[in-house]
Amino acid sequence: MSSPATLADLAVGERAVIESVTAPRPLAVRLMELGLVGGTEVVVKRRAPLGDPLELELRSYALSIRREEARCVRVKRERP
Amino acid sequence: MRTVLFAGNPNAGKTTLFNLVTGARAKVGNYPGITVDKTSAKLRLPSGAQCVVIDLPGSYSLTARSSEERLAIDSLLARGAGAASAVVVVVDATTLARGLYFASQILETGLPAVIALTMTDEAKKAGLEIDHAELAQRLGCPVIPLVATRGEGKAELLRALDQALERGVAPKAAPPRLDEPTSLDLAAVERELVSADLGATDTSAAKRKLRLRAEWAILSLGGDELEGVPERVRETVYARRSAAAGARRDLDAELVTARYRHVDALLAGLLSQRPTAVKSRSTRIDDVLVHPLWGLLVFAAVMFVVFQALFAWAEPLVGLIEGAVDAVKGAAKSSLPEGPFTDLVTDGIIAGVGNVVVFVPQIAILFVFITLLEDSGYLARVAFVIDRVMAKVGLNGRAFVPLLSGFACAIPAVMATRTIESRRDRLLTMLVVPLSSCSARLPVYVLMTSVVFDPEQKVGGVLAVGALVLFAMYTLSVVAALGVAFVLGRTVLKGPRPTLVLELPPYRMPRAVNIARAVASRVRRFLVDAGTVILALTIVLWALLNYPKDPVTEARFDERRAAAQTEPDEGAKAEALAALEAEQAGERLRSSAAGRVGQVFEPALEPLGFDWKIGVGLIGAFAAREVFVSTLGLVYDVSDATEETAGLHAQMREAKRADGTRVFTPLTGVALMVFFVLACQCMSTLAVVRRESASWRWPAFLFAYMTALAYVATLATYQIGRALGLGVGG
Repeated sequence: MSSPATLADLAVGERAVIESVTAPRPLAVRLMELGLVGGTEVVVKRRAPLGDPLELELRSYALSIRREEARCVRVKRERP
Repeated sequence: MRTVLFAGNPNAGKTTLFNLVTGARAKVGNYPGITVDKTSAKLRLPSGAQCVVIDLPGSYSLTARSSEERLAIDSLLARGAGAASAVVVVVDATTLARGLYFASQILETGLPAVIALTMTDEAKKAGLEIDHAELAQRLGCPVIPLVATRGEGKAELLRALDQALERGVAPKAAPPRLDEPTSLDLAAVERELVSADLGATDTSAAKRKLRLRAEWAILSLGGDELEGVPERVRETVYARRSAAAGARRDLDAELVTARYRHVDALLAGLLSQRPTAVKSRSTRIDDVLVHPLWGLLVFAAVMFVVFQALFAWAEPLVGLIEGAVDAVKGAAKSSLPEGPFTDLVTDGIIAGVGNVVVFVPQIAILFVFITLLEDSGYLARVAFVIDRVMAKVGLNGRAFVPLLSGFACAIPAVMATRTIESRRDRLLTMLVVPLSSCSARLPVYVLMTSVVFDPEQKVGGVLAVGALVLFAMYTLSVVAALGVAFVLGRTVLKGPRPTLVLELPPYRMPRAVNIARAVASRVRRFLVDAGTVILALTIVLWALLNYPKDPVTEARFDERRAAAQTEPDEGAKAEALAALEAEQAGERLRSSAAGRVGQVFEPALEPLGFDWKIGVGLIGAFAAREVFVSTLGLVYDVSDATEETAGLHAQMREAKRADGTRVFTPLTGVALMVFFVLACQCMSTLAVVRRESASWRWPAFLFAYMTALAYVATLATYQIGRALGLGVGG
């Protein structure tokens, strides 16, 4: 059973599929153009040593965004 | 001559490929009006045809919010005389989908294009096979696999470029498929563009270009800083977007998703990924380098080495340059006849050139490190590790290296803000870097501590006063820099909520040739752009500190010198002449424009505990902070003063105000140091901020706010100290 969640809710190592980006405009366009579009698989690879930002892996590259931005990305958890 | 553009994602190996193709002939300039480097070079193709290649700034798409980001679209969609003849699209084979998102947009501009597929060796190692022949078929343009670091594929790329230029045909790329109602929104914007004369529908290539422009307008407009977009186009975009939102649609998402679908379809069946059980090399490196504990230790160690290099390694080189400048000055003085012209040459021009060249070692060292960190991939990790701290004051992790470097010298540090992507974050960092207590402030702290305290004296039996004072000044500097960043980010540079969107590229081996080029181009740009301003300001300041000369005083000194010449004892004669020289220099300074300004401003300086002599010192310090010490030496008639000169210490300790009290009480000393921490006492900083922000507006603002801040803080220090009776006695 998958629950509504954002990227910020995922544990390190957890996989999910992106549903939509709800960030305010310039940021949303930027995130989407970097590949965070609906249907894309993403995994939270790690957190920075001080806890924030996050490192994501998607479309075979590594992207770092802050938890605050991650909260604006709705995802569907993948069953392990 | 025909122009060829190089475009692609950041970290796609674009610069390495550019260097490989053009050899050592690149020229770095600035795009008119903005602070983006324009690297261009002439290139002779195998057919013998000549062209100019321009390396566009790395970008993830054509979308733009500022005029800097708009460069790519302007270059790619230009019409008429400024139009390019072809484009080389650099795509990293390991991040193919993201690269093709941008590449597919570029292909729709209709420019003859060649796709350069870089990092194919890395892709292979990761178990990724790409059918590039089929990809070329689907994209309608040649795809050349390369390993730029080994030069593989260069000949093929040049041949393909030759053919593309010769044929001059648009790639046969079909645009992404859009369904209703998205296609209707796009069509409405297209119609508006046509009526604003920004597009045509006469050929299929023109139609594709128009469609791309409409997509660009929808994704870029709104909350942007773009100029010259017709108002009607804006209105149409806004109306369509909000109508879509009203129908619970997201127009932006529809367009971006459609293009990613298009890219995924282009790639369908072309990639075969051999499953690799082992973690990638970069992941394994990151397991250590951004580990919660080891990561922080590595970070601290790397930053320590950078700082140590700037602080200590540059020192001998700076000493050499200063020695050479003095030698040239001496040679000029002895070979030219005495007079105002010689003074201009030696103390104005030669000293000015020295003031410029003296920064080169630190700039070169810092950029060796920055390029090394950037090319290896660690610079992005620096930002990743420290972002949380920087976020608290509204900066992002990329601001850390410039701020740290500022403790050695603001000049290379301001130049290092180039690694910050967003213009707002870059400006904000540039405006607070000069608050980092640079090494040129040290002599002032040392001098003042020696004059007003006994630096060896222990506080509480442990801490030396000197160390305590230094610690206090550096703390003040850090607090001020972070505090000002916090305030400016919410006022003057208020913008959308600052964010961090940072690609963490794979670790790669840096290449010496790239580092050498980056350092050489930085140094050259500094010498040409900032250097000329620093030289001019040095000459102006020299004139202010030396003119006008009072003929009566000059004549009196000539007489006294003549009298001293008659002294029979050689030793006594030399001593008398030296004393006269020092006294005359002091007299000249007092009657100079700067001296008079100091005296005029005395009422404003008095509440700070300063007298006009300190005021003159502050004006002199504008050339370079350490000059404060030698200028004070001049006002106090002490020749060749340094911060260690006992004679200067004694003179300053004995200096009295009109009411007979000491000028340099411990409180004045502390007040003066506070002033030096906060004031923008450095014209070279202003020159380099002008260069990096491409306007005089920001250096003017920088100077104004730092001076105001310094004045208020010094006033508070002195007045509160006096009210409490602290450090006024003795």
